[in-house]
Amino acid sequence: MIRYVLKKFMFMLMSLFFLITATFVLMNAVPGSPLQSEKATSEQIQKNLEAYYGLDKPLIVQYGVYLKNLVQGDLGISMKKKFQAVDKIIGDSFKYSLKLGLVSIVTSVVVGCILGIISAMYHRKFLDNFSMILAVIGLSIPSLVIAPVLQYLLAVKIEAFEVAGLNRPMDYVLPTIALSAASIAFIARLIRSTMIEVLNSDFIKTAKSKGLAGHLIVWRHALRNSMLPVVTFLGFLMANVITGSVVIEKIFAIPGLGKFFVESVSNRDYPLIMGITIFYAVILMISRLLADIAYVLVDPRIRISGGKAGK
Amino acid sequence: MQSESKSGAIRPDMFTPVNRDSKQSEKIERPRLTAWQDIRLRLLSNKLAMTGLWIMVVVVLFAIFAPIFSSYDHFTNDLSNTNQAPSKEHWFGTDDLGRDLFARTWKGAQVSLFVGIVAGLIDLFFGIIYGGIMGYYGGKVDEFMNRFAEILYAIPYLLVVILLLVVMEPSLTTIIVAMSITGWINMAWIVRGQMMQLKNQEYALASKALGAGSMRIIFRHLIPNAMGPILVTLTLTVPSAIFTEAFLSFLGLGVQSPVASWGTMINDGVKSMTIYPWRLLFPAFFLSLTMFAFNVFGDGLRDAFDPKLKT
Repeated sequence: MIRYVLKKFMFMLMSLFFLITATFVLMNAVPGSPLQSEKATSEQIQKNLEAYYGLDKPLIVQYGVYLKNLVQGDLGISMKKKFQAVDKIIGDSFKYSLKLGLVSIVTSVVVGCILGIISAMYHRKFLDNFSMILAVIGLSIPSLVIAPVLQYLLAVKIEAFEVAGLNRPMDYVLPTIALSAASIAFIARLIRSTMIEVLNSDFIKTAKSKGLAGHLIVWRHALRNSMLPVVTFLGFLMANVITGSVVIEKIFAIPGLGKFFVESVSNRDYPLIMGITIFYAVILMISRLLADIAYVLVDPRIRISGGKAGK
Repeated sequence: MQSESKSGAIRPDMFTPVNRDSKQSEKIERPRLTAWQDIRLRLLSNKLAMTGLWIMVVVVLFAIFAPIFSSYDHFTNDLSNTNQAPSKEHWFGTDDLGRDLFARTWKGAQVSLFVGIVAGLIDLFFGIIYGGIMGYYGGKVDEFMNRFAEILYAIPYLLVVILLLVVMEPSLTTIIVAMSITGWINMAWIVRGQMMQLKNQEYALASKALGAGSMRIIFRHLIPNAMGPILVTLTLTVPSAIFTEAFLSFLGLGVQSPVASWGTMINDGVKSMTIYPWRLLFPAFFLSLTMFAFNVFGDGLRDAFDPKLKT
């Protein structure tokens, strides 16, 4: 087990190193200096600025400095946001994204499980077909469509919700729906298919034949065994929340990390782009690693030696 | 039973001989179907999947012909007719520069479908070559190539795409290149899994015994037999590529005006949705419809290829 985790961890570090290097090379391959602006600056100011950002040193030295700072948690200084430190920008904005993300993940798992269970229990009946069509629709409508349409219908037309912002608990409703729709659909389908399989297995038949009530079978026996694939789904869920948040924070004007990412991309603020990319990558890789570990822990049937648990 | 035995002894005339004609008993009642005919039958009987197929056909036909037959084009400004509501003249209305939204929606469909299909085909091409070699040779080759793929795969897909688009000129080609850099890995793993299953089958061994080279066995014998899962993966790659393009265009990293794309149209539509909702609703609707069609068709195809998966 420890060897398995260590191996996964090593690969994670390699990927991360690969990404950091690639990002660094890409960001420095762009012609022109990001410090140049429309305003004419004197040569001395330009030089001072370059020295401030360390751009006057050779590239390989810059790379070394960046890596060294990175290990210490220092992601550099933003070039467009009045010399703010990148880690401070990330720290300040991430709390909004984190709150919204956690609400969304919990919603996805709970609603997805409920829909999936209903589908499995009423297999091939109306409720099953209905929720499965709902799931395909949820998977098909991208968040960048759901968010503005919800905003238009429920906030602009009916005025049931605030159009933007994230101040009161009610403000979470629309962004959460938009952010969770795809994950809910995915989890519902996953739970449904495993649950149907589990409901047909021998131990469920035993429970039935000893006279256990239907809902008790589902809660006590079937659900526990159907939850396994959801654990491996954590990686996908995180990725979905992060990509979704980029769009949704823009639409709902939430000052989260996603919004800053979009801004940094359109401003070509390279240190901020790099910082947020690496930050996102670390979160995603850690959640994938946790999913891998959890999968092995939850299901003792998985062979760890050499086996590839859930890619 | 009891009453019968009482009524009399068992007499031979109570029995008639079973028809023991061996020719009859071996007769195949149902028409013979090849695997592909079977798949087609299953697919044709799946109503949801066929609906998806028809929607796909209609969207593709409109994307090809609507821009040709429309009396407007997607880039001509008409500043005396800006922000018109849908009417006989402009079926989907016009945008803030007076461009006809019907023409733009279908031009956007061309862009989205083009990106989706080309990205899917590139993934297919590299995935088959990489996965085929990985799966067929196994051992050290597999180990090495798999590690490389794993390291690349751990880097979040969308981050790579965004990074590349930040440093390269935004254009259709750039989007497709960026999407293809990590997009092929999933396909490669599917092919690899298939190869490992198929390479020890008798026909592959027979071909080897007859002196066929590895490449011939991989591409003439194994790949055609692995076509099912490959096709399914392809149909499910297309909607995700369409989504990614819309997402990037929404962030302003995709195709640039005056070329239309569903993503850019939605982005423009969001800004003015309180006053001119149709500018958001038409591209949003067709983007969702197309993704829905590809998703249900892909699901149907998967069920048709592997009925065991369908529960």
